[in-house]
Amino acid sequence: MVPGSIEQRLLNDYQRDFPLDPRPYARIAKDLGLSEDEVLQRLATLKEQGTYSRIGAVVRPNTIGASTLAAMQVPAPRLEEIAAFVSKQPEVNHNYEREHAINLWFVVAAADKDAVAGVLARIEAQTGLAVLDLPLERSFHIDLGFDLEKA
Amino acid sequence: MTPDATDKCLLNAIADGLPLTPRPYETVADGLGIGEDEVLDRLERLRDSGIITRFGVVVRHRELGWRANAMAVWDVPDGLVDTVGEKIRSFPFVTLCYQRPRRLPDWPYNLFCMVHGRDRATVRQQILEINDACDLRALPQDVLFSLRQFKQCGAHYAPARPDKTKHREVA
Repeated sequence: MVPGSIEQRLLNDYQRDFPLDPRPYARIAKDLGLSEDEVLQRLATLKEQGTYSRIGAVVRPNTIGASTLAAMQVPAPRLEEIAAFVSKQPEVNHNYEREHAINLWFVVAAADKDAVAGVLARIEAQTGLAVLDLPLERSFHIDLGFDLEKA
Repeated sequence: MTPDATDKCLLNAIADGLPLTPRPYETVADGLGIGEDEVLDRLERLRDSGIITRFGVVVRHRELGWRANAMAVWDVPDGLVDTVGEKIRSFPFVTLCYQRPRRLPDWPYNLFCMVHGRDRATVRQQILEINDACDLRALPQDVLFSLRQFKQCGAHYAPARPDKTKHREVA
């Protein structure tokens, strides 16, 4: 992505303080010297290309509902099947394979702690594998976005 | 502030993202049976009170060229975690830094940090920098590079509508 390009600015400049305005895309269009339609079109294309996952809220952990980081040691031949099962759970929002004996890592979010525990229990029961429950104890980092120019 | 049921439904309604329509907040409001003004007011309050830590574009690092992503973990003595965590968060390539419980004997680490870089060599170098700056070299540690990404989306904490208390049905 070209630094300073419209695409880069759309992705970099609106990670925080996205306009809370009835016509947010028109506001952005004004900043960038485009039309509202062009902004919507470019954002749709960027989304299709997978460069961003959503325009939305990042919520401080444990203020709305409960969540945890969970991990499993999955035998290689079962990884795809189990990863697919885990991804299918609506409470799972991130699910990654990582290079480690404990190789499947996912985040579970639900209305409260009991609901989270229920999801983990269900995954253990269905897969026959143990799930490590690693809930947040303290966050040192406030998610302020990812600076595409500095990082 | 404590978010009420409508706040939770609102956050749930935008968990997959604002629609790409000229009046996205109106679309969200219609789905919830409240007014566009109320949606905007609530989002502003949630943001000002810090419940929403940021509101905007959530990028996918990998697709943008930050192909290497590692979870770096350390076993830090409990009394030092705060000091180390505060220091680590200032690095621009660190996107998350959390303390989590150890689960012995399987998992001895209590400090977690996500590091993004254009390639693995860069990420390793960045983790070295953290080790040096925070004096962590002697501590037990590991680096878990990500391989496949099976799923990435927003979290759904709450039921979809203010008038329903039933949780999402689970298959």
